[in-house]
Amino acid sequence: MAKKLAAVLGTGQTHHRAKRTDVSMPGLLREAIDRAMADAQVGWPDIDAVVLGKAPDLFEGVMMPELFLADALGATGKPLLRVHTAGSVGGSTALVATSLVQAGVHRRVLTVAFEKQSESNAMWALSIMPPFQMPVGAGAGGYFAPHVRSYIRRSGAPEHIGSMVAAKDRRNGALNPFAHLRQHDITVESVQASAMLWDPIRYDETCPSSDGACAMVIGDERAGEAVPGGAAWIHATAMRTEPTTFAGRDQVNPQAGRDAAAALWREAGITDPLSEVDAAEIYVPFSWFEPMWLENLGFTPEGEGWKVTEAGETALGGRLPVNPSGGVLSSNPIGASGMLRFSEAAKQVMGRAGDYQVDGARVALGHAYGGGSQYFAMWVVGSAKPGR
Amino acid sequence: MRDVAVAGFAQAPNVRHTTGTTNGVEMLVPIFAEVLTRTGLSKKDIGFFCSGSSDYLAGRAFSFISAVDAIGAFPPIHESHVEMDAAWALYEAWLKIRTGEVDTALVYGFGKSSAGQLRRVLALQLDPYTVAPLWPDSIGIAGLQARLGLDAGLWTEKDLAEVAARSRADAARNPYAQVSGTVEVSELLTEPYVADPLRAHDIAPVSDGASVVILASADRAKDLVERPAVITGIEHRVDSPVLGARDLTRAPSAENAGKAAETHDVEVAELHAPFTHQELILRTALDLDHRVRINPSGGVLTGNPMFAAGLARIGEAATRIFTGEAHRVLAHATSGPALQQNLVAVLEG
Repeated sequence: MAKKLAAVLGTGQTHHRAKRTDVSMPGLLREAIDRAMADAQVGWPDIDAVVLGKAPDLFEGVMMPELFLADALGATGKPLLRVHTAGSVGGSTALVATSLVQAGVHRRVLTVAFEKQSESNAMWALSIMPPFQMPVGAGAGGYFAPHVRSYIRRSGAPEHIGSMVAAKDRRNGALNPFAHLRQHDITVESVQASAMLWDPIRYDETCPSSDGACAMVIGDERAGEAVPGGAAWIHATAMRTEPTTFAGRDQVNPQAGRDAAAALWREAGITDPLSEVDAAEIYVPFSWFEPMWLENLGFTPEGEGWKVTEAGETALGGRLPVNPSGGVLSSNPIGASGMLRFSEAAKQVMGRAGDYQVDGARVALGHAYGGGSQYFAMWVVGSAKPGR
Repeated sequence: MRDVAVAGFAQAPNVRHTTGTTNGVEMLVPIFAEVLTRTGLSKKDIGFFCSGSSDYLAGRAFSFISAVDAIGAFPPIHESHVEMDAAWALYEAWLKIRTGEVDTALVYGFGKSSAGQLRRVLALQLDPYTVAPLWPDSIGIAGLQARLGLDAGLWTEKDLAEVAARSRADAARNPYAQVSGTVEVSELLTEPYVADPLRAHDIAPVSDGASVVILASADRAKDLVERPAVITGIEHRVDSPVLGARDLTRAPSAENAGKAAETHDVEVAELHAPFTHQELILRTALDLDHRVRINPSGGVLTGNPMFAAGLARIGEAATRIFTGEAHRVLAHATSGPALQQNLVAVLEG
């Protein structure tokens, strides 16, 4: 492999809220960018290129918004790329930025992802009726509820697992000053008492709709070595895609996710993920996806992810803290949600996660998925250079 | 870092209207088959897939997900997508091959502009707070740009008509072109204005279409095509979106991308100029003199499938190398209002 080393030099994010009417899109982006550049201790002349990602343009009602945002992104006069791979886009955007460094094209790349759902109406944007396709008509929750029911039936998981995940992630979110939902007093019982939205998914087991942005500066080996306290070295990356529907497709445990994870662990030199990974930021928009993705990612055998959750091993202080930042269940600016997972993983191995820092985290996973559980993007970052 | 080459190219006919869906599948399936047959590859030989398209053009969210059905993506594939012309998808694939992560890539773009009113759809690329609400459409903005050049004495309406006449004459030899034929400049100049000072011949037609390129490491490409087109430089830049803050008669992003890509001594240039005056801006920006053959395909003035046309310029330029007609060629792609964003590639045989 001719890949050059790449590392996260710094990260930044906005305060995520349902409606950030106090800022325009450029203002929202700059909040995340300015924090990331300060965290990375870089100025505009240090940035060689900008890579922007977001979910469908219909979510803001602007076609290819990176064009009008070029000045605000500091991209004018520089290369600017725009990635869109559905809900996984925040992750795949970070991976495109990484490949610019790995390919030896640039030394420092700014990567940004955002969604400002309050500018338009995501439900409208998703309520399209393309020919020859089954309309969803019930939002993402309606789409994924049958997958969750199928998981419960196949695994025999007890009913309270989803509520446990929701209570844990929201309590973690209360430790994160940027989180949209910060519910330190939420309990399994209060989750179970919340309204049923799409059986078996309850209101408190559902991600919010957020305005927000996330940014990272990714640099080459020399830039990484200069980071005070240590950069987050990128050990492995993977992306896989499969079609939305076809006969025999396993939508609960999709092949694309399993293939991506297998490639990821192989590149990272990890043979026992549950033992070797110290923290995981996994894209969990509905609580039950925690055990589902634990299995899909190969942390546990199929049908046993819920046991790790039930034993409390995914809580802060457990064997594998999952979503110590609060995850998608606490903040969901769709296009940025994947990049938040990637950057929160980086913050853990850089020791910059504040009140939700996992003690001694040296290896962390960032994971994103999108579409009908068919687009996967993931990375492994470490406090040491790969192979050390 | 290793070299990367264009090893194959195919395109759908550029037409005013197709009956297929806006996710491009009907246009993509035949050209995937064509380019794979020509290179002797099958789907499982492709290390990375990357596409360029626009949800706004398709009038729906996630149109690129449906386009994946044209591949038949199971077992799962390594795949990505840019919400840009597919020339930038080619750039992403070029990175992947350079890193050594993959050896081959299939890059595609598609656009069914007939699904909406293109000039109004493109108006939604403008600043949504201060500019888009006024609905200056893409042809209106290009008209302002052309007027600035006329007033500055940089070109005349006759210069513009000459670009159109040459493009249409060249397109007569391009079976995929939508518009072609022999026209007299003097006749073109008697036509009415569409958006003063632009006449119909100054404006790229509204087209449906798709294009696909096979990229491979330079070593692998030798097995796929007799004369691979090795990418010796590929660069892109963006200019400010603030129309009033730019000198619209220039394209600094094209100039700087061209300088970085080292465009000297090219014999042929395929320029993505959807308006006649924009070809003149680009020829100046890229320092292309009379010795350089411009747009032997006829260019996008004779067929302009959005999000596929920039990639097709790279494919057309590479074809000049495949056929042995040229040894060093330039390909260019543009995006955004008034040549805001530009990509320049130099290929060698």
